[in-house]
Amino acid sequence: MIAALGLIVGVVLGLLLQPTVPNWLDPYLPIAVVAALDAVFGALRAFLDGIFDDKVFVVSFVSNVLIAALIVYLGDKLGVGGQLSTGVIVVLGIRIFSNVAAIRRHLFHA
Amino acid sequence: MPDTSPDPGVPAAEPGSDAGPRPVDGRGRLLAALRRPGSRGQAVAALLLAVLGFAAVTQVRANGRDDSYVGARQGDLIQYINSLSLASQRAENEIAKLQKTRTSLGNDSQARRTALAQAKQRATTLGILAGTIPAQGPGIRVTVTSGGTAVGTNQLIDGLEELRDAGAEVIEINDRVRVVAQTSLKDTTQGAVVVDGTTLEPPYVIDAIGDPHTLATALDFADGFIAEVKSVGGKVKVTERKATDGIEVASVRTVKAPTYAKDDDTE
Repeated sequence: MIAALGLIVGVVLGLLLQPTVPNWLDPYLPIAVVAALDAVFGALRAFLDGIFDDKVFVVSFVSNVLIAALIVYLGDKLGVGGQLSTGVIVVLGIRIFSNVAAIRRHLFHA
Repeated sequence: MPDTSPDPGVPAAEPGSDAGPRPVDGRGRLLAALRRPGSRGQAVAALLLAVLGFAAVTQVRANGRDDSYVGARQGDLIQYINSLSLASQRAENEIAKLQKTRTSLGNDSQARRTALAQAKQRATTLGILAGTIPAQGPGIRVTVTSGGTAVGTNQLIDGLEELRDAGAEVIEINDRVRVVAQTSLKDTTQGAVVVDGTTLEPPYVIDAIGDPHTLATALDFADGFIAEVKSVGGKVKVTERKATDGIEVASVRTVKAPTYAKDDDTE
């Protein structure tokens, strides 16, 4: 309940405050968001599996975001930022898909 | 890390679900979590989800701000640039054309000013020659003192001719009569001279504007004006005036338009 409310509060806050993304954050924010999405779907799946742990969720969330940003940063420094971003997005997308598939099985038994 | 492979090390118990009867499957667990206000785990998840929602919305807004050309293909972009450069080229051509027009207009007015200045100068020159405007400049003042009635038109005409020969530009007698091309001189019986209908008494004062030295020399040579006046008993005094204290000729004539003479317009 509170978790869903938290998501709504965050969205509303973003809509109301309309913050501008600082330049140094510009390349990392999309990747970070996708990584966080992956963590959230993983957490939802773990919750449905009955193995959810908030500590694990926090650590996975933060580490996902940090690692994603780090990979993009490294890619930028190496001159392959675009490709590496694409790679990270692909991997995270695959993970999100498999997590969502598991969630679907839990919810719809299909 | 909650991911595709559930961690076996994590206890399969949810901290908040200890209170009620344990739902067996995932759907029941989710419904139970939605019905209950929440636990510490839910609060943490709420915080992180709020951060995620905030970041996602921010990114979406930042992404949607100015991306009218982001998705454009290379060819499209090249076309945009080409059309832009064409437009700027057209604008530059327009600017060049307008500048040319401005220059030519400026030249026109300049030419008109020059023509006007030339016409004015010409009018001044002609006015001085025709005696219609006052004049001043370096020259000589010739004072002829007549011994009795001796000095008359003969001597004066000779003197005027010699002054003209020497390049006198403006000549005036007795500060009253301007001597021009049509000037006529006539003796009277009383020893005076009628110049253009004005009776002038001696002494005659002839003012001539020109090179003072040349004019003075022109009068003073063997059998010249001075000698001639002296031979009939008169006296001549010539004063040269520089440009600084030059001759001033104030008398003017009115010029009538010619009645008989027309300009020879055969050109």
